[in-house]
Amino acid sequence: MKKYIGERIKRNEDPRLLTGQALFVDDVDLPGMLYAAFLRSDYAHARLISIDVSEALQRPGVVAVYTAEIMGDEWQPGPANVSPPPTVENITFHSRTQLPLAKGKVRHVGEPIAVVVAESRYIAEDALEDILIEFEPLEVVADIEKALDPEAPLVHDDLDSNLAAYMVQDKGDYQAAKTKADVIIKRRIEIDRGAAAAMENRGIVANWEARSQHLTVWDTTQAPIPIRNGVASRLGLNQTQVRVIAPYIGGGFGPKMMMHYPEEIMIPWLSVKLGRPVKWIEDRRENFFGTTQERSQVHDAEILLSNEGKILGISHKFLHDSGAYDPYGLTIPLNTESHAAGAYDVPNYHSELTVVFTNKMYTSPIRGAGRPQGIFLVERLLDIAARELGIDPLEIRLRNLIPPEAFPYDREIIDQAFALLTFDSGNYKPAIEMAAEKIGYEQFIKEEGPRLRAEGHTVGIGIIPFVETTGVGPYEGARVNIEPSGKVTVATGVGTQGQGHFTSFAQIVAEQLGVPVSDIDLVTGDSADFHWGTGTFASRGAVVAGNAIHASASIVRGKVLKLASKLLNAPEEELELEDGFVRVADLPRLSISLGDLAAEANPLRGAVEPGTEPGLEATAYFGPKSGATAFGVHAMIIEVDQETLMVEIKRYVVVEDCGTVLNPLILDGQVHGGVAMGIGNSYYEQLIFDENAQLLNASFADYLIPTACEIPNIEVAHFVTPSPLNPLGTKGAGEAGAIPVPALFAQALENAFADVGLEILEMPLSPNRLFELLQEKVSQP
Amino acid sequence: MSDHYQLSITVNDTQYQREVDPRLLLSDFLRHELGLTGTHIGCEHGVCGACTVLYDGLPIRSCLMFAVQADGHHILTVESLGNPENLHVIQQAFWDAHGLQCGFCTPGILMTLVPFLENNPHPDEDQIRHAISGNLCRCTGYQHIVDAVKLAAEYMHS
Repeated sequence: MKKYIGERIKRNEDPRLLTGQALFVDDVDLPGMLYAAFLRSDYAHARLISIDVSEALQRPGVVAVYTAEIMGDEWQPGPANVSPPPTVENITFHSRTQLPLAKGKVRHVGEPIAVVVAESRYIAEDALEDILIEFEPLEVVADIEKALDPEAPLVHDDLDSNLAAYMVQDKGDYQAAKTKADVIIKRRIEIDRGAAAAMENRGIVANWEARSQHLTVWDTTQAPIPIRNGVASRLGLNQTQVRVIAPYIGGGFGPKMMMHYPEEIMIPWLSVKLGRPVKWIEDRRENFFGTTQERSQVHDAEILLSNEGKILGISHKFLHDSGAYDPYGLTIPLNTESHAAGAYDVPNYHSELTVVFTNKMYTSPIRGAGRPQGIFLVERLLDIAARELGIDPLEIRLRNLIPPEAFPYDREIIDQAFALLTFDSGNYKPAIEMAAEKIGYEQFIKEEGPRLRAEGHTVGIGIIPFVETTGVGPYEGARVNIEPSGKVTVATGVGTQGQGHFTSFAQIVAEQLGVPVSDIDLVTGDSADFHWGTGTFASRGAVVAGNAIHASASIVRGKVLKLASKLLNAPEEELELEDGFVRVADLPRLSISLGDLAAEANPLRGAVEPGTEPGLEATAYFGPKSGATAFGVHAMIIEVDQETLMVEIKRYVVVEDCGTVLNPLILDGQVHGGVAMGIGNSYYEQLIFDENAQLLNASFADYLIPTACEIPNIEVAHFVTPSPLNPLGTKGAGEAGAIPVPALFAQALENAFADVGLEILEMPLSPNRLFELLQEKVSQP
Repeated sequence: MSDHYQLSITVNDTQYQREVDPRLLLSDFLRHELGLTGTHIGCEHGVCGACTVLYDGLPIRSCLMFAVQADGHHILTVESLGNPENLHVIQQAFWDAHGLQCGFCTPGILMTLVPFLENNPHPDEDQIRHAISGNLCRCTGYQHIVDAVKLAAEYMHS
């Protein structure tokens, strides 16, 4: 039988995307449509004394202006958290969710204060200038390390402090281990904020049709079904009265998983209120201020080792920046904890997490979602330990990897899904050896590196293994149906933002039904087609939705075999599905097309057996009991320009183990994109805030996304350890590429500047920052 | 309100006469007045390249120009290249090499490449990377785009 899973099949969705015919949210154009623009706070923290919208209302073309006050009783905070706090003992968690429009005071630059609705976007934006606001500026919480000072101003006046959450996790007995350690290394490690910067900004179109009492919403969301449920609940409608469509989305990377943004409540509300379609499209500047960001944490970290380089324990006391609100719960810092021991067998672990509110845009996961910070922490500590103990960096890692026989390996802490973290499967050592072999690690350390340095080149090498927890629940579902035309339609509720779901999911169906991938039409992200699901996040599409699709397609296959057996008068075992036909294996003449079979399964007249369901259709769900843990190794060789300190990546090698590979072409693309974002996170991209929490580089001219000239060719190899937790054996891969890159950059730069004893304890870096770090070394040798 | 101006413009070989607000961006004109939504808007300050179209054959950022400035000129957008059943050779190469993921930046990249490949039929990798360095892509890490451009050059010779 023909194989579809694992094949490099080009994508079904591309012809429409390539010709500009794919529908994105801003392409939606409805008769009578109005345009909304939001007036956003210029202050990070200020009391709203008065707002005068009368001038704006006078402007020709303006239809309505709303503030929290004008909304009256219809203004409500919320909706509730995306992710509730974990159900563990002794946790402190103060939930303060974002507001549809600010009331009383503003808590971050960019917080929406008022909305104008007008006949054109140009007029709506003009009218924002007509609104007069009297602010009383307040002291600002800009620095996470100062947020808990007793004299710090309060982001939320009703709380005693800026503490958002506090939680301790332990494995083993860290204090006891400390008394036995030969080496104790202690460092402060800092990671700062970046932006996801999807090329498409956010946008929403809502259309309330009063006569049918039905609301349609187009939203650039990664989570169309929860958005539908939240909008219905907020507007007092039945879920069946609301249809949410996440059409083609121009990149997600996490912030489009955040929900509900203020605009996601306001635009549907405005459409109902005004009885006309309303569109809002974020501009890039708004995206820098009003779309979630991530990564800022400060860790006081410690690692315990024996003289042989065996890790005895890791501890970290850390601050995590939630920003002005905390709708996404503890997902990011819990991910950091899940990855703070990396791919290593660590018997004792202690973490003390403190989440603080600050006067900055709130945070939610961005590709990697707390994992890069965890990997950076453990890998930094290991590199410093390796130097102290005189052990090669690769060797110290090999000595500590979780051995293959230890799986399933219990970390004995809870993960982002509030379940005990267990690594389901893996075989780490051969994968890391494969990467070392490909990059020529030994040869570089012994010959090439010393030779190049002797010739005056500043070169360095790095190799970093990492884990990625992926594929978390709760569930996804799918419906698979064979049409009388012979085409197969598939519907699922996860959104899609460029990951190739229209093709990789079709391959899963093709494998079961023997239908060419190009004859399988997938709908994903339209609640009218499938209305159960949670969304595309945590590298879970291929695992959770993929296995739901596999389950549905398997049931349909069963129905096909049963009916064909009857019609062809042959036992099911002798039937095969190929090229859209069911054939009797030894008698290919005896066959029926799947389309004809589907027509037979849906008779217009006549009697059927009791209990018969029409058609060749099935709906099934998949919910894993816990996530699947992927593994990977990145290695690179760099050369640093001695004058500009620009880094040129000479070679970049990835070995990725995400279990069963559905489509290697698509997977390679996912890895490349992840690495590129990781390179940005390491050496180019940093959101710079001043002491008033004003963002200083809110444009693509100032916030540097790597271009084709900064990203190298990436050599990707695969190593496959299927997950035992799902029938396909898949593990997630979407975020993997970004996770180890900061740790890899630090290691390679330290290797390049080993002569001056460079030590890197922060990310992101930049040529400027590297210059400062080197100057410090030179001035205090 | 401001007076409207008479605009006469050729887009994808079709002549249009429209009354437009002088401050209307060319990108908004193409997308919302003519319904040519293949041209995408990523930053509205000329950095990301998603809105690139050809202006008398040269790639320009349509978000940095007013529609009235294109009066009397000839604009080509991604819709001028091919359709799903009959792709332009560069589009075909992008499909074959997986040169796109979300596809949002893709129309701008294609319109940058049309004149580039006409002027550089045998580009090497450095030239390709330089040619697309004014187009930001957040999904692909550019590698498959580079592969696609090499493939497109091959297709154009055969």
